[in-house]
Parts: sequence; C-alpha cells; structure tokens
Amino acid sequence: MSAHRATPAWLALIPAAWLAVFFLIPFAIMLSVSVAHRVPGGFFEPGFEIDSYARLMTPFFGRILMTSVAVAAGAAAICVVLAFPFTVILAGMRARGQTLVLVVLLAVLSLSEVIIGFSLSTLLSRTAGVGNLLAWAGLIAEPRAYTPGLFALMLGLCYLGLPYAVLVLYPPVSRLDPELGEAARIMGASPLRVFWTVTVPVLRAPIAGAFVLVFVFTLGAYLLPQLLGRPRHWTLSVHITDQAIFQSNLPFAAAMAVVLLLVSLALVGVSLLLGRGGARA
Amino acid sequence: MTELSLRGLTKRFGAMTAVDDVSLDIPEGRFVCLLGPSGCGKTTLLRLIAGLEAPSSGAVLVAGRDQTDTPAHKRDFGMVFQSLALFPHLSVAENVAYPLAIRGVDRATRRNRAAELLQMVRLPDLGDRRIHQLSGGQRQRVAIARGLAINPRVFLLDEPLSALDANLREHMQMELRQLQQRLGVTTVVVTHDQKEALTMADILILMDGGRVQQVGAPMELYRDPANAFVAGFIGNTNLLRGHLRGREMAVAGTTLTLDDGDRIKAPDGPAILSVRPEDTRIAARGVPARVTFLRDLGESVQVVMDMDGTEVTALFAPRDRPDVSLGDSVHLAFEPGRRVVLPA
Ligand SMILES: Nc1ncnc2c1ncn2[C@@H]1O[C@H](COP(=O)(O)OP(=O)(O)OP(=O)(O)O)[C@@H](O)[C@H]1O
Ligand SMILES: [Mg+2]
Repeated sequence: MSAHRATPAWLALIPAAWLAVFFLIPFAIMLSVSVAHRVPGGFFEPGFEIDSYARLMTPFFGRILMTSVAVAAGAAAICVVLAFPFTVILAGMRARGQTLVLVVLLAVLSLSEVIIGFSLSTLLSRTAGVGNLLAWAGLIAEPRAYTPGLFALMLGLCYLGLPYAVLVLYPPVSRLDPELGEAARIMGASPLRVFWTVTVPVLRAPIAGAFVLVFVFTLGAYLLPQLLGRPRHWTLSVHITDQAIFQSNLPFAAAMAVVLLLVSLALVGVSLLLGRGGARA
Repeated sequence: MTELSLRGLTKRFGAMTAVDDVSLDIPEGRFVCLLGPSGCGKTTLLRLIAGLEAPSSGAVLVAGRDQTDTPAHKRDFGMVFQSLALFPHLSVAENVAYPLAIRGVDRATRRNRAAELLQMVRLPDLGDRRIHQLSGGQRQRVAIARGLAINPRVFLLDEPLSALDANLREHMQMELRQLQQRLGVTTVVVTHDQKEALTMADILILMDGGRVQQVGAPMELYRDPANAFVAGFIGNTNLLRGHLRGREMAVAGTTLTLDDGDRIKAPDGPAILSVRPEDTRIAARGVPARVTFLRDLGESVQVVMDMDGTEVTALFAPRDRPDVSLGDSVHLAFEPGRRVVLPA
C-alpha cells in the first residue's frame, strides 16, 4: 500500500540552501563587519567590539530610526489606501481595460528610483514645476517649489510603491466571489457598507501583505529621501549609504543595517499576524 | 393576496435574451419552484426579482407596489445563493445576524435572534464556529437561517441544495418545505431537478429559452401539459407525431378516436400525442409496434418498443407484466382519458 513514496526529505535542502547562500551568509558577513574594528581613515580589521552599536544608541539615531519607520509606514499606508479601492474597481472592469491598466502599471515598475526622483524634483521645482501651472491658473499668487519636503518625498515613495500594492492585491481581489457582496446587498447593506463590512474584512490578509511589501520596499529607498526630502527626512538607508560610501565606515554602516533589518522583520511579523488574525479570529 | 407580481419582465445581455417577457402573479405564502433546463434563465429571473439585475423592460411588484427601481438593499428580501455566499470573516452567529447588524439592531437582541434562528434550522451550539468548520449541510442551514433573519417579504433560493448528496438533499427538501410552511413566507426556489420541484412546490413555473412555458400545481403540469416541452420535462412521456382532425388522431397509420377526458390542445393538422409510459398498454388491437427492450426494475417492468421509427416506453406493475419477449410484434393502446394532444 505504501508504494507511493513521500517527497524525499533532502528536497527541503534546496530552499534551505538558497536561503543560506543568498540570505544567511551575507547576513553573517554583515554581522561580523558590524562588530569589526574600524581603522580611521582606512578600512576595518577583524575584531569584536560593540562600538558601532553603542554609537547607535543615541537619541540622534533613535530619531532617524523612528523617521525611517514612520516614512515607510506612512508611504505604505497611503499606497494601500489608494491601491485597494483602485484594485476593487479595476477587478470590476472588463477584461481588456484590466489588461491595459496592468500593462501601464508594469511599465511604471520599470522606472528606476533615480528616474522617478529626478523627474519629480523637476516637476515640483519652482522654475519648471507645476507651481507655474497653478500660478498661471490663478490658484496661487507666485510659482513655488514643492521640493524638497515631506510632501515631495511621500509623493515619490508612493509613486514607487503603488504599482506593487496593486499587483499584490489584484489576484485576491479579482478572485473575490461577487456573490459575497451581492448577498450583503440583499441583506440590506448599501454598496459603501458592503465595501466596509465585507470586501475589506474578507481581504484583510492581502491588504496586510500589500502593506508589508510597500513598507519593506520603501524602507530600503535611499535615493528618494536625498533627492526629494530635507535632511531631517533622511532615513536610515540614506545614512547607511552615507557611512558606507562617503565616510568609509563600514562597521557602523553594517551595524545600522543590522538594526534596520531586525526592526523591519519585527514590524513585518506584527503586520502579518494582524492580517491573519483578521481573517481567522 | 398577490405578494409578488412580475409584469413583462425581460432581460437582454447584448443580442441574447436571457429572460423573455415573463409575467406572473404569486400569492402570499406560496412555495414556488422555478424549474427548467440549464441556461434557460432561472438564475437571471431570480436576480431580476431580487434587484441584483436591472430588467431591460418590465416591472417587479411586491404587494402591489412597484419595486423595479428599488435597489436590492432596500427590498427586505432574503436570498440563498448557489455558492451560499457565507462570510468567511464572521462566525456562524455573526453571519446569521448580519442583516440585523446592518439594520442597527443592538448586540443583545442580535445574539438572541441568531440563537433562535440557529435553533430553528436545528444548529444550536454552533454559533461560535467559523464557516470553514461546518459541513456542507450545516452551511446550507446557516445560509437559510441568515436569509430568514429579518422575516423577509420574499425568500429567494438559487439551487440551494445542488451541492448536497442525494440523501441529505432529500432530507433538506422536506425540511425547507416544512420550515416555509411554518413561517408562511413567500418563497421562490430555483432548481433544475424536477423531483425536487415536485417534492416542494405549491406552484411550479417551468421555463425554457427565457420564457415561461407553464405555471401551475405540479400535478397539473404533469396531467395537463401545455406543450410538448412541458410534457417531456415533467416526468417521462411518449411523444408521438401524428395528424389531428376533429376527435380523430392518426398515429403511425392507425386512427385513434379521442375520448371526452382526453385533452386536445392543438388545432387540426400536425400534432403530437403525449401519453405517459404508465398509460401505455399492450392490447389485442391498436397501433402496431415491435418490442426492442425489456427490463425488470423490481417495482415495475419497462417495455420499450419501436413504433414506426419512434421509441415508445410502457411501464407495468409486476403483476400486470405482459407476456411478451424481445422482437415480438405487439399492438399498443393508450389509456382513454389520459391522452393529451399538443401542438406540433
Ligand atoms: N452577465 C451575463 N452576460 C451575458 N449573458 C449572460 C449573463 N448572465 C447570464 N447570461 C446568459 O443568460 C442565459 C440564462 O442564464 P441563467 O444563469 O439565468 O441560466 P440558469 O437557468 O440559471 O442555468 P443553470 O441551471 O445552468 O444555472 C444563459 O444563456 C447565460 O449564458
Ligand atoms: Mg442558475
């Protein structure tokens, strides 16, 4: 009867090996660098000291970490809030329209952070930006710049994150049984209440998934905060780049990266738990 | 009193007419079965009644008031979908109480009512379960309880039992019927299973090609079909092409004289004679035929014959088993008073 053999156990080694090669080993190297001894003006030599971490335990870096998390979470929240109704409407469109919109979204994905950053900083500038258009239309008195600033930064991050949010939400939203909403209609729910009492709660897990993806994605953005934000909006990613490339302080950069990784892992875990809890409990 | 009226209800999807000029009056408290082959427009008609689909023309009246333009969520109907459409994010009790929550009923009242409804469908103690923790039959009951939560004016069900196995299905048919009788709610059930329709319905509506073919009590449709489609769809029947002149019906070269009890629903000319297998007899004289198949079904004996190229089935009780065997030439007679002549 047991002619059917179970999947060989060693098969599980393949994903494990992948994880090790592409994630664990680089992470181990980063960990070892983060505790290495820095040679001022030069590189670093192997060692074990927690100086880099100690330097992070200051209100200054605490604030930067908070800023990073807040900026990424804010961008992720805005993206999900915009992407969810957008995707629900998209999934209700006829097939050709859906394909067209998805193609456009994929095209936006092909734009790099650099292109988006420079385009937006031109578009929002005083001399060549939308300010001129608004002044010309008489909406504002004088053309003005909208960059650098939090608004410009958020705009850039959302532009970057929105297609991802839509693409993550699209499959579960389009698979949603339309009869669920119709049943709610018959039971007395207006279309808006159907959205809030059925569509959103049923899709809580994918919504959390989209949030996590955009959050992690924007947390890693290091060009846009420099191009579109003020120094106080600089995220940890910017400082990591700065330390690693311009200050040649690899141990400190590695220490920041480790902290950022752990913090984001913790937040991702919490978000996913919340999303799953919504679908089950 | 007429509870639900449809007036010339028509629904077109592009060039295709799914529901074609349907007019009906359904008295209050009746159990109506909407029966017909797949794709005949049953679901579409039910959705038109519910307000989920806007008619191309025609009107839906509830207790004499035109509701055609009333949105679905303001009609106070109950509905059970083919997929049941139970909410996975709510518990069983919350599902059942959803229409009450939408209407702003307070939590305590909701809980009591949910318990009462679950008691009614014989699922007490399951209120805290999740939908995915229920069996198919239990889900069915939850969907029915939810549909009845607000004491709807009209209760609509789209093939509610089609996912269940035969035993449970028969059981649920009886249960649904008893529940409906107890509550007296006007109910429309879509089904394509004629046995199910015969079990449950006060009124049977038989549809084909988007049109209503006949409306009436189940036995009425069985005994007195309006056309060949109805005769063939409800139960088994032999449909014999022939020619009608006055009370004379010529079938396969033999002329039959029709009786007072026989129903003539066709004008003179080409017509179809419909006779049920149990009203078909083997006799000394009559229409000649040849036995092509014989089988003993236990409770009855089935004889299939070839009558001038048309297959005719006769059904006998075991003790009336005719003394024939395969290939025999026989003569067929049709029970006077049970013959129906239909338009060709
Ligand atoms: N949204 C739609 N767009 C186009 N055609 C449709 C649509 N809905 C239904 N139809 C067509 O209308 C006809 C009736 O469909 P309907 O679903 O009412 O059939 P039904 O009697 O419920 O069949 P079944 O027993 O298989 O459920 C079918 O030919 C179907 O293809
Ligand atoms: Mg159907």
